[in-house]
Amino acid sequence: MSLLSPVIAVVLTAVVGAALFAALGKDPLSALQVFFLEPFHGTRALTELALKSTPLILIALGLALCYRSNVWNIGAEGQFLMGAIGGGGLALWVTTEAIPMSPWAFFPLVIVAGALAGAAWAGVVALLRDRFNANEILTSLMLVYVANYFLSWLVFGPWKDPDGFNFPQTVSFASQTELPRVIRGMRLHWGSAVALLAAGGMWLFLFRTFAGIQLQVGGPAPAAARYAGFSSHAAIWTTLLTSGALAGVAGAFEVAGPMGQLTPHVSTGYGFTAIIVAFVGRLHPLGCILGSGVLSMFLIGGELAQSRIGLPSALSGVFQGVLLLSLLACDTLIHYRPRWSGTR
Amino acid sequence: MTAPRLQLEQISKRFAAVVANDQVSLSVQPGEIHSILGENGAGKSTLMKIIYGALRPDAGRILWNGEPAQIRSPQEARALGIAMVFQHFSLFDTLSVAENVWLGMSSSISLQQVKDGIRSKTAEYGLELEPERVVHTLSVGERQRVEIVRALLAEPRLLILDEPTSVLTPQAVEKLFVTLRQLAATGCSILYISHKLDEIRALCHQCTVLRGGRVTGSCDPTVESNASLSRLMIGAEPPRLVHREATPGQLALRVNALSLEKLDRFGTDLHEVSLDLREGEVVGIAGVSGNGQQQLLAAISGEDPRAPDAAIELFGQPIGRLRAGARRKLGLHFIPEERLGRGAVPTLSLAHNMLLTRNESLRFLGWIDRQALKHQTASIIERFKVKSGGPGAVARSLSGGNLQKYIVGREIDAVPKVLVVAQPTWGVDVGAAAQIRAELLALRDAGTALLVVSEELEELFEMTDRLHVMARGRLSPSIGTSAATVELIGEWMSGLWPTGPEDGPGASIGEFP
Repeated sequence: MSLLSPVIAVVLTAVVGAALFAALGKDPLSALQVFFLEPFHGTRALTELALKSTPLILIALGLALCYRSNVWNIGAEGQFLMGAIGGGGLALWVTTEAIPMSPWAFFPLVIVAGALAGAAWAGVVALLRDRFNANEILTSLMLVYVANYFLSWLVFGPWKDPDGFNFPQTVSFASQTELPRVIRGMRLHWGSAVALLAAGGMWLFLFRTFAGIQLQVGGPAPAAARYAGFSSHAAIWTTLLTSGALAGVAGAFEVAGPMGQLTPHVSTGYGFTAIIVAFVGRLHPLGCILGSGVLSMFLIGGELAQSRIGLPSALSGVFQGVLLLSLLACDTLIHYRPRWSGTR
Repeated sequence: MTAPRLQLEQISKRFAAVVANDQVSLSVQPGEIHSILGENGAGKSTLMKIIYGALRPDAGRILWNGEPAQIRSPQEARALGIAMVFQHFSLFDTLSVAENVWLGMSSSISLQQVKDGIRSKTAEYGLELEPERVVHTLSVGERQRVEIVRALLAEPRLLILDEPTSVLTPQAVEKLFVTLRQLAATGCSILYISHKLDEIRALCHQCTVLRGGRVTGSCDPTVESNASLSRLMIGAEPPRLVHREATPGQLALRVNALSLEKLDRFGTDLHEVSLDLREGEVVGIAGVSGNGQQQLLAAISGEDPRAPDAAIELFGQPIGRLRAGARRKLGLHFIPEERLGRGAVPTLSLAHNMLLTRNESLRFLGWIDRQALKHQTASIIERFKVKSGGPGAVARSLSGGNLQKYIVGREIDAVPKVLVVAQPTWGVDVGAAAQIRAELLALRDAGTALLVVSEELEELFEMTDRLHVMARGRLSPSIGTSAATVELIGEWMSGLWPTGPEDGPGASIGEFP
């Protein structure tokens, strides 16, 4: 039944969406078609869907690991941005030094750069939690803003393109830093395959290794973790560093892939959207893949709705919110029955 | 003849996979103390929940004073005059006795009226309970008294008690029985759920036996013997435990004057606890729960590694600061009293739960050999007759007794050098309890040192070679079990042992008169 809950939630979201379209004076059916069918129409649309899903899958995998072990990392957005800075910085260096290399040689390097930067940023959260028992929900969230301003400082300051008419952006990266494309002419890059491999790896780790099982004990049953003698320090560090690294890789892919340069607007909120993905995906690696498909459908559907039928682009945010609320409601109402009782 | 106070006719209740109650009929007369006897999973709790309105039966009807009654909620049950005292208390630690009682009442009554009501009820029944005291300062026996007084204030016509004596000293049990007999004499009927045969024979007028959801017998317990009652309950007499003379070997576990401050506000400080445990012997710790057993066990198991290193020694090696995993590697295994959430992770399968304490199925880099793990789990399920959906079943899906069998089995199967057990047979049925005790004794005969903490004196007398008693964070000297009597141990449970603790402030000796 709890596996059915996300399905019910998606259906509910569609129903609420239809009502919303009708209220805005649009034909609900054709609007829903734009949202739910157009993103799947044709090769280009499908590759765009996969492209948007890639960062969501990577980030959601790390978050699922965190949430399974009761570590509430809300700041994947910041780790994503730091990964973008790490990957972007590497690409910028290769570009300005004009280092000759094949894109296939750059590919693993940019993964490492993004992972290190993201993990370092999440490491700050882990240190604060482990050393000072600071709540990771607050620290990880606040570090998002720090990362954001750090990125702004870089692109407004030292990394600004000297010939960029003072726009806050770096130079466009050289072609050797571009992620290899899966299909010629489409933006989908091989990073998407890395995301799928990461999902497989996460599945093996969670369900086939002792370390994975250990991490999942501390979440639902901290007393059992103490009883077994599993270290809660190790759990904090492992989960935060892993999720930080995955979010960082997602950020690096975004700048070395579709963006091709660093701007203050690297992210469209992937780090926060991925939280919804993780829960829609029931904190399961395969679920994360499906969940990111649904959420990127909303992202793309929102853009299409804006250009095709003149609906505000904020709609995709509304859809995300409705989806999360319906999911939480379904999860609760599947296990509990509301009773209306008057006050006596 | 007057109509029975309560009459159940052909009550059936089915859950997804199991029939919890199958055409159960019984009747309780006014003023009758009626016991419901049955092993775990026999359907006792389900039946009580139906009577108390927390569950609706699928079929059958309930007659109250001869009239058909629909009990749709606990509120309706209370309105009819049905009160229930649950096994687990629902009291707020930070509120006073009167405030706790007040919480469940209608808002038109003032706190002062509640206090007066408590005073008059306690005077009427000779119970000692001060309405102004804050609940966290009360002993477990006193807390139960709060629940009973709360029930009495509702002037019940039927009182349901769910295993009320599991937390009481023998003396406190006697006192409870006096109260219950007095209450029955006023015409109130009592439904008494228990698996303790002695108590049922001493207290109850009528007995209905449930097995597998059906009524298998109904008898007058005063003329039955323990053996005949247990035959009705499980269909056979439990095998007699053969307790051979212990031959203690070398010193395995030593606790050296361990003093430890409590971790949480409602815990108990440990004062100078000393204990020796040798290979091949079973040492028991008796005492009412909440007297520091939890704190001592956590310090020994390594869940609480704050003890000074030398305060706990395992085969001469100081281990006070080691975590539980490190101590387990040295051969010290532990069975906690909470099964779900401590001894097992509710959301993980039985196979994965093996990995909490067992690592035989781990390969290079922590890779899990699933075949090996499955075999290991299946063998424990089979050997300890754990009723479950197999190694893949999640721990949460097992009944409490079956999960206990699984956890005890998992630790016994490890053949530890030292095994520390809390409440080894808590909530398991008579047959399984006998098996667990026999397996533990077999482990002792093979040379394992066993420390058993239990609230069931009967069990301790049956299993142990030496006994300590724990009271208010102190541990009594040990006494050979063959030399101990129930009366003596009961006295020690109040903190009165020969070398006795000094009377500090707050040490109210004679709390369980």
